[in-house]
Amino acid sequence: MQEFIDGLIGTTTGMEQHLAYLAGVLVFGAAVVFGFILPIAGVTSWLERRVWARIQSRIGPNRVGPAGFLQWLADGLKNLLKEDVVPDAVDARLFRLAPYVVVTGFVAAFVAVPFAGSLIIADLNIGILYITAVTSLVVVGILMAGWSSNNKWSMLGGIRSATQIVSYEIPAGLAIFPAVLLSGTLSMQGIIEAQGWEPWNWHMFHSPFALAAFLLFFVSTLAEGNRTPFDLPEAESELVAGFATEYSGMRSLLFFLAEWGNLYLIGALVATLYLGGWQVPDFTRSTFLLAVAQFGTFFLKAYFFVFVAMWIRATLPRVRVDQLMSLCWKYMVPIGLVSMIGTAAVMVAFPEGNTTMRMTMTGLVGLLIVRFFLRVRYHLRRSKGVGFQPTGSVAQG
Amino acid sequence: MTGYIRNVYSSLATAFEGMSITFSHFFRKPYTVQYPDRIPLPVQDTLPYRYRGLLEVDLEICTGCLACERACPIECIVIEAKKDPSTKAMILNRFDIDMAKCMYCGLCSEPCPTGSIHHTREFEGSDYSLESMVRRFVKVPVAAYKPKKSGEDDPEIVPILERGMRYIDEFAQPDDPKKSGAKS
Repeated sequence: MQEFIDGLIGTTTGMEQHLAYLAGVLVFGAAVVFGFILPIAGVTSWLERRVWARIQSRIGPNRVGPAGFLQWLADGLKNLLKEDVVPDAVDARLFRLAPYVVVTGFVAAFVAVPFAGSLIIADLNIGILYITAVTSLVVVGILMAGWSSNNKWSMLGGIRSATQIVSYEIPAGLAIFPAVLLSGTLSMQGIIEAQGWEPWNWHMFHSPFALAAFLLFFVSTLAEGNRTPFDLPEAESELVAGFATEYSGMRSLLFFLAEWGNLYLIGALVATLYLGGWQVPDFTRSTFLLAVAQFGTFFLKAYFFVFVAMWIRATLPRVRVDQLMSLCWKYMVPIGLVSMIGTAAVMVAFPEGNTTMRMTMTGLVGLLIVRFFLRVRYHLRRSKGVGFQPTGSVAQG
Repeated sequence: MTGYIRNVYSSLATAFEGMSITFSHFFRKPYTVQYPDRIPLPVQDTLPYRYRGLLEVDLEICTGCLACERACPIECIVIEAKKDPSTKAMILNRFDIDMAKCMYCGLCSEPCPTGSIHHTREFEGSDYSLESMVRRFVKVPVAAYKPKKSGEDDPEIVPILERGMRYIDEFAQPDDPKKSGAKS
């Protein structure tokens, strides 16, 4: 992809070159946005509703299309056909602009997301830093939305959201460091190439510090994406829709699109930094098959975290704003600093890497997963009732 | 310091436990009843016998006593019954129940001597027009029923009368040990 564009740009000069650039930007941008991001956001919304529903012992949308799969298309169409309501007393220019700023903030991050070894729009050598920076544009959009709505509660929602996103940038940044230290580069492809395809060669199993950083990163990006348990800004039962209360129709859908798309971005980031990205074993010579396998692996890993985010949303209660802040500053920032220094210390102590520690960590996490499924089985059997003595091993405190 | 570590551990442990519970829900059947088309039994069959659904009149056993018309608090039953001077029989010309007004209280089925006016277990009566809500039970003027002292012998009427009397036993008479032993 990159070579084709480079070729086109290399053979032209002057005005034609600029036009070639522009055409490349528009075409590939449109392809990624319309062909990938929007359908992903839509399918994520469908999946979220089904997953949420099953966890709550009910069925999600199941009428529109097979298993309700076309529900998101129906929702999109409905929103497109809605009346464009711009309330009288709002700041019209900011009101109209805000959704687009929010969507820009998150779509621009897809430039550096490595879908496969050869499928990345721009392998910036400051990849991860660029993504962190550009997703902060969302704050501007949210503040604009909250302020221009001419509604005290929207403004409060906007301010709370801005506070949350800006505060959680710090643990997120701190949690990126271990992965960057281990890879020696900020470039996304570089980070992935520093990991291997076997689970114990992923960055997250390098040491307990790296594992802590992985958890920290996942939780802080959830907080940045305004997802439960950190979804105060759009606390559905409290502020209606927070900063997006006055929005209707497509504008409101753009905010939700940004949220669901952001979920995928979170999954992609976690998969890249800590889970080995698109690494697959060398099983074929054909570059096409390899690219397909890599794309599939990356997609599955990213989508697993999307699923975990939805699962967490259905499980955990919302945190209060003071609990949110204390969690960030009193727990996540210290743990982030410790994990960063700890990873550096481990790297100094074992310059060639320490396979024993990796295998131990992998084993520990494997045991945790086994324990998890045993607990699931326990809960299933308890729910069926008859002839079963509950052991009552729910964690106290 | 120990409190701090305990906090971190307990937050992770409780989240782990909670997530295992919610994950177990993926393997349970949902409780949703997908009325009206994806249900195992028609809902009408699951309702109890005394369910106060839409009203129905069995004209074969209606005696024309007008007890139901008098009992209705909303006056949604309109009956026209005239004594035919030639045959000395009551002729029912009209028996309309306006279901839009009916409040399904059951006060009309209590005083009915034969149980001809009774509640069914039907509840799906929605329609698009208000005029269709009036149920007209008399299409052709018929003679009212005269209960026979020696018991009914017309084989067509016997099952209807049996159902009606059973309905009265179950529905209209309260639990009264002095009555005919039919415990409701």
